[in-house]
Amino acid sequence: MSEELEAKVKRYLRGEGANLEALQDKKLKTQLAIREDLYGKSAKAAAKAEKWLMPSEGGYLEAEGLEKTWRIKQESIAREVDILSARNQHDIILPDLGPYTLDFTSSGRYMAAAGRKGHLALVDMKNLGLIKEVQVRETVRDVVFLHNELFFAAAQKKYPYIYNRDGTELHCLKEHGAVRKLQFLKNHFLLASINKIGQLHYQDVTVGEMVANFRTNLGRSDAMRVNPFNGVVTLGHSSGTVTMWKPTSSAPLVKMLCHHGSISALAFHPNGHLMATSGKDRKIKLWDLRKFETLQTLPGHACSLDFSQKGLLACGNGSFVRVLGNFSDSQTYEKYMTHSIVKGYQINKVLFRPYEDVLGIGHSMGWSSILIPGSGEPNFDSWVANPFETSKQRREKEVKSLLDKLPPETIMLDPSKIGTYKPLTKKEKPTKQEREAKMEEVVAAVKDAPLKKKTKGRSKPSRRAKKKQESIAIAKRPFLEQQMKEDGALSRKKQKISEEVQLPASLQRFATKKKGT
Amino acid sequence: MRVKVISRSTDEFTRERSQDLQRVFRNFDPSLRTQEKAVEYVRALNAAKLDKIFARPFIGAMDGHVDAVSCMAKNPSYLKGIFSGSMDGDIRLWDIASRRTVCQFPGHQGAVKGLTASTDGRVLVSCGADCTVRLWNVPIATLEESADPPGENSTEPVAVYVRQNAFRAVDHQWDGELFATGGAQVDVWNHNRSQPVKSFEWGTDSIISVKFNPGEPDILATSASDRSVTIYDLRMSSPVRKVIMMTRTNAIAWNPMEPMNFTAANEDCNCYSYDARKLDESKNVHQDHVSAVLDIDYSPTGREFVTGSYDRTVRIFPYNGGHSREIYHTKRMQRVFCVKFSCDASYIISGSDDTNLRLWKAKASEQLGVVLPREKRKHEYHEAVKNRYKHLPEVKRIVRYRHLPKLIYKAGIQRRIMIDAAKRKEERRKAHSARGTVVTKPLRTRRIIKEVE
Repeated sequence: MSEELEAKVKRYLRGEGANLEALQDKKLKTQLAIREDLYGKSAKAAAKAEKWLMPSEGGYLEAEGLEKTWRIKQESIAREVDILSARNQHDIILPDLGPYTLDFTSSGRYMAAAGRKGHLALVDMKNLGLIKEVQVRETVRDVVFLHNELFFAAAQKKYPYIYNRDGTELHCLKEHGAVRKLQFLKNHFLLASINKIGQLHYQDVTVGEMVANFRTNLGRSDAMRVNPFNGVVTLGHSSGTVTMWKPTSSAPLVKMLCHHGSISALAFHPNGHLMATSGKDRKIKLWDLRKFETLQTLPGHACSLDFSQKGLLACGNGSFVRVLGNFSDSQTYEKYMTHSIVKGYQINKVLFRPYEDVLGIGHSMGWSSILIPGSGEPNFDSWVANPFETSKQRREKEVKSLLDKLPPETIMLDPSKIGTYKPLTKKEKPTKQEREAKMEEVVAAVKDAPLKKKTKGRSKPSRRAKKKQESIAIAKRPFLEQQMKEDGALSRKKQKISEEVQLPASLQRFATKKKGT
Repeated sequence: MRVKVISRSTDEFTRERSQDLQRVFRNFDPSLRTQEKAVEYVRALNAAKLDKIFARPFIGAMDGHVDAVSCMAKNPSYLKGIFSGSMDGDIRLWDIASRRTVCQFPGHQGAVKGLTASTDGRVLVSCGADCTVRLWNVPIATLEESADPPGENSTEPVAVYVRQNAFRAVDHQWDGELFATGGAQVDVWNHNRSQPVKSFEWGTDSIISVKFNPGEPDILATSASDRSVTIYDLRMSSPVRKVIMMTRTNAIAWNPMEPMNFTAANEDCNCYSYDARKLDESKNVHQDHVSAVLDIDYSPTGREFVTGSYDRTVRIFPYNGGHSREIYHTKRMQRVFCVKFSCDASYIISGSDDTNLRLWKAKASEQLGVVLPREKRKHEYHEAVKNRYKHLPEVKRIVRYRHLPKLIYKAGIQRRIMIDAAKRKEERRKAHSARGTVVTKPLRTRRIIKEVE
């Protein structure tokens, strides 16, 4: 089998096979061996089928000769590329309505743009048509799509609101308060929000139930991101710490000090193991989340970070965007492309468009979109995200995804732990001190217990004292018995050892187990 | 500079006309799907719940007999029909699809103790407590026209053979012309002779059940009231082997897919599977009933068998497992005297003390009728994902739950307590005696007294 096929098969195997040597049960061993064999076969079949099932190849940008890829301008790319793709490169200037923030649906077809001054717009990116725009006449800090393009949530001045595709306001979520950032967990249908006071809220948008709300007690957070791999919400605080949360625990799962200054942006690689953080200390750090250590530190500011589906990292700073990529199987990220928008425009958000080689930039004067070859996944799966979805398919998908809605308990740092057994921890024997302490406790409890007052001369002081002594003795008994048992075992062990030591080596064969002469 | 950008043209990815099917594109890359295991777990939970919602195994009851149904027989060449005989001598042929009597065979004076159909399905052999063996012609015409008015057709027996003692069981060779009856001894008959061709006797006790081997036409197994299971070979003049157990075996069934194995339904609430070549140890002990197991029948797949017991329940066991995978009970069903697995492995027919034959589904939540390929795939997927996570507590709780009648539930708990107590006593005896003096016999050999050549 060729190397590529091996690599592909490894991807489809989803981890190592089970260790069957440790099993004693022969029946179970054969059953599991058959299953492992089947997994291997299915992974091989999937790897072989790739050739037929995935028609498109990804984009690329290769510099020839002395050219460097980061010096190539968007205009030169637009000249080389067909008309349809060149349409994806545009700037929309809306000068009055404040810095814009963007969100894409998971299929990459629809975009929601929100200007700070209250402008909400829903755009169909396929034909670049405006579906609906609304002016809410309040500051809007963030916008996020719910499970499909029909619903989006906008974090307005006092509360977040949920709107319909037609711009109708559906819900006003008063409990969340003045929200700064919103995120939607797709598999769980949870809307997560962080507000000005540092409270984190999780709301289930299907039944409207508030699943959890926590006080982070860490002050203001400017950055909030969901890790798509495991559904964990990550917050970046002004003290430089990054905390990770799940809805079922009020304490953060992980708390790590990442930067010397406050965290300005966070991003996650789709495989869930790589996190990029940028702080006010002018550093961008790449973290490995399995070991929680820095892989790479890059100099520079970034007010917004995003990873693409293929692992390219976009850093937006001021009016300058740079895209970094890791090529040639190395772990390090190097400069791939750069782009500067009109000087004076401040970048607010960079976001890659799923399944397309496009980067959307929301800035203070509107939004732009530029071409980044090689950033999007070329082959989509119709059952996961379909950019060419019809309304019937969308309805079916909504129903199916509701049936597969995950309960909030399934959010954990390592999602492969579901379905596994917890390893049995050996119970440690309590030390002598602990045992004595326990005994004291029990005796004290018994001493404090009130004695029933009896009539007809049965509660004489002498009787009561005797009763008390008896109850203390009864309470002490199990501890003493345990001690005696251990002492007995210990003494027997000692005897055995001493017996073995007594006889010289040549007479060992005459040694008997009996203690007799 | 060489550059290429993803560009998808709409006509490649959408359909041309509304008559076409929508185009579907697949990418099985695991990185596109996050939290696969959690999604599968949720699907397993939902599949288990749906399974329980759709579990309606009882199809219908066939009413007609006036007295308890004592025995049943399958017709090998006609799936839709089943013969049943009752304690008052009434034999009927039923059409399972319409749940009606097609034909009646009156004649027996006492209880009908055994029924069997010949290899080609044309002749029905019945034996009874009135010391007779009767042969009947199964009317083919009525078999084909099932839309006929409920058959009051009755036929005369082709032959009646009278002997001295009552008969307890009868079975026909799977591929031959001989049939064997059990009563005072084992008699092997030919259709045309009025006297048995051969007679076997071992001991003085009566033979309770007789079963021919599906693979070897000359081998048959019988169980007698001296608590033994005996194997006979027709080519030899004497019985081959005998295993004596502690309690009586009420019925035997050979595994049609592994003809060397048979399972014996015992009076001590268990079923014991044996390899006929090695009778000193049973291959498997199937425990779950709380009262004597009265009848047993294997599915044509050989993978599971159904048992009917005195405790008013019908249970389905896997062929290699220790516990039942399914239990069927109804308030109206009294002591189950006979059970049969239908020849297409989809249905179970039980005949009980309350004069009814009941039709059940072998898989309680199976969708009957024509199943579309998409539906079939969905059912298979649900089965597979449920089996993958059925060891986890939440899913296990739903999959294992069966509502039991209160008496059976209590009886099961009592049996459990008794077994645990006996086990504990044995362990303590072992712990307090010299090593090697107290040997615990494995469960598979515990109930066997000895094997005799």
